[in-house]
Amino acid sequence: MNLETLDTAIRPALFEYLLRLGDDALILGHRLSEWCGHGPYLEEDIALANLALDCLGHAEALLTLAGQVEGEGRTADDLAFLRDAYEFRNAQMVELPRGDFAFTIVRQFLFATYACLLYEALQQSVFEPLAGIAAKALKEMRYHLRHSREWIRCLGDGTEESHRRTQNALDELWMYTGELFEVDDTLQTLTQAHIAPDMTALYSAWNAQVMTTLQEATLTVPENPPYMATGGRRGHHTEHLGYLLAEMQFLQRAYPGAKW
Amino acid sequence: MGNEAKLLETFQKRINAGEKIEPRDWMPERYRRQLIRMMSQHAHSEIVGMLPEGNWITRAPNLRRKMALLAKVQDEAGHGLYLYSATETLGVDRYQLIQDLLEGRAKYSNIFNYPTLTWADVGVIGWFVDGAAIVNQTMLAKTSYGPYARAMIRICKEEAFHKRQGYEICVTLARGTPEQRRMLQDAINRWWWPTLMMFGPPDDQSPNSAELLRWKVKRKTNDELRQHFINITVPQVLALGMTIPDPELRYDEKTGNWLIGPIDWDEFWRVIRGHGPCNRERLRARRKAHEEGAWVREAVQAYARKRQQRAAQPVAAISQE
Repeated sequence: MNLETLDTAIRPALFEYLLRLGDDALILGHRLSEWCGHGPYLEEDIALANLALDCLGHAEALLTLAGQVEGEGRTADDLAFLRDAYEFRNAQMVELPRGDFAFTIVRQFLFATYACLLYEALQQSVFEPLAGIAAKALKEMRYHLRHSREWIRCLGDGTEESHRRTQNALDELWMYTGELFEVDDTLQTLTQAHIAPDMTALYSAWNAQVMTTLQEATLTVPENPPYMATGGRRGHHTEHLGYLLAEMQFLQRAYPGAKW
Repeated sequence: MGNEAKLLETFQKRINAGEKIEPRDWMPERYRRQLIRMMSQHAHSEIVGMLPEGNWITRAPNLRRKMALLAKVQDEAGHGLYLYSATETLGVDRYQLIQDLLEGRAKYSNIFNYPTLTWADVGVIGWFVDGAAIVNQTMLAKTSYGPYARAMIRICKEEAFHKRQGYEICVTLARGTPEQRRMLQDAINRWWWPTLMMFGPPDDQSPNSAELLRWKVKRKTNDELRQHFINITVPQVLALGMTIPDPELRYDEKTGNWLIGPIDWDEFWRVIRGHGPCNRERLRARRKAHEEGAWVREAVQAYARKRQQRAAQPVAAISQE
C-alpha cells in the first residue's frame, strides 16, 4: 500500500498516527539539541548533537509523510512550526525539560528501547512509505539505544551521586512510560489494517529489555505507580510544551509567510 | 658554537627549507610556548564559539536550517577536539588547558564576546566570522608545526561549508521581505568591525608577529590577512544590495584594494581585557557546563574502576584454589 492506493477511509487515522510518531521525534530532537555546547564532555556534546540530528531527520520524514497523507498541502515545516500545543500529538515524556544529564540519559534509554521495537515492527507495515522510514530510522535508533544503555549502566553503577540522580530521573520519568503503549481507536484501526503493530506484544518486549538493563545499572522501577500520565496523543500536554513551542516557532509566528 | 645554538641553527634551516616540525623533533622552548598559546586559544575559540550560534538552534526558522545549524555547531565541537589533541602533542594536558580557560587565564577569539540578536546574525557569522577564520586558517594550514597544519587542513574544509551556508542564509534574507532585509543590514552593521578585529592588532602593534613569521608559524601579517578578507567580502556585501557601515570605505584603483576607515582599537583592547558585551556570560556558561558535568566525569571514573576490579576478580578466585 502506498500514497496512491491508500484507502480514503483510513487517511484521518493514519495522519493522526504519523503526527504522533513525527511529534515524538521532533520534540525529543529539540530537547536534545538544547545540550549543544553544555554537555559534560566535549565528546558528549558531539554525541548528543548526533542524537538530536537523527531525531530531527526522522521528524522531517514522518511529518512530510503526514502532510502527504492529509492531502491539504501542508509541509513538514508547516506542521512543525504552525500548530499550537493542543494540536501536537507527542507523548508527554519527550516534552519534559532536559533536566540534568541523568534525566536526559534515562529518557533517551526508555524512549530508544521503545522506538527500536516500534520501528522494527513498522518495517513490516503494509503502508510502504512508513515501512521505508522505519527501516532507516531503526538503524539510527539502535545507536541511541546502545549509547544510552552504556551511559545508564555507568551512571547507575558509578558513584553514590550518579546513582541517586539516575534513580531520581527514573522515578520521575516512569509515570510517563505508560503513554507510549496506549491503544485507542486510531491505533486499533491501523493495527487491524496492518499499518501499525500490536502494542501489547511491544510492551512485553520493552518491559523485559528495560528491566534487564535497569537491573545491571542497579536501579529499581517505582512499584505500583499511583498514576500514569496520559493525554499527549489527544493534544493534552504539560505546561512545558507551550514554552518549547514559543521558542521554536518564534520566527515563523513573528514574520508570517516569510521564507528563510 | 654551543649545543643550543647549533640546534637552533639547524631548526631555523629546516624551517627555511619548508620542512614540517613534528612533536618529537627538537624545538626552541619559545616556539613550543607560542604554539601552545596559539593552538589552545584556537581550540578555546571553537568551544566558546559554540555558544553565540548555539543560542539559535532552538529558534531556527525551519527544520532544514535547524539541522544545518546544529550540525555546524557540532562541527565546532569537533574542531575543538582536533585542536586540543594537536595541542597535547606539545606536552600539555587538555584538561589543564580547559582549566586555564575557565579560570580566565587563557584567551579566545574576541568575536565570541558579541551577542547574537536575530536570525540574521547566524547568517552573518557564518559568512563573516567563518570567512575570516578561513582566511586565517588557510595560512595556518601551511604553518611549520605539522600537527597544527594537518588539523587546519581538515578544519578549513568544514569551515568553507559553513561559510557557504551562512552566505546562503544572507542571500535568502536579502531576497526576502523589507523586514528581513533590515534585519540583515543591522547584523552586517554590528558584525563588520568586530570581524575585522579578528585578525589582531595592526602589524606595528603586534608583539608576536616578527618571531612567528621567522618560524613560519604565521606566513602573513595581520594587516595582510585583514586586507585580503576585506577585498573578498566588500563586493559580496554590495552584491546583496547591502551597505558596509564605513563612510570612508573606498576602492583604490592602483592597488586593487578596498580601503577602510580607522578601526576602533580601544574597543578591541577593552574586549580582550574582559569588558566586551558577553565576556562574563560566555565564561559563566562554560563554567556552568563544566561544573554540572563534574559528577558525570566522576561516575565514569568510578564505573571504570569497578569494571576493572570485577574483571580481575575471577582470576583472583582461580589463583586461590
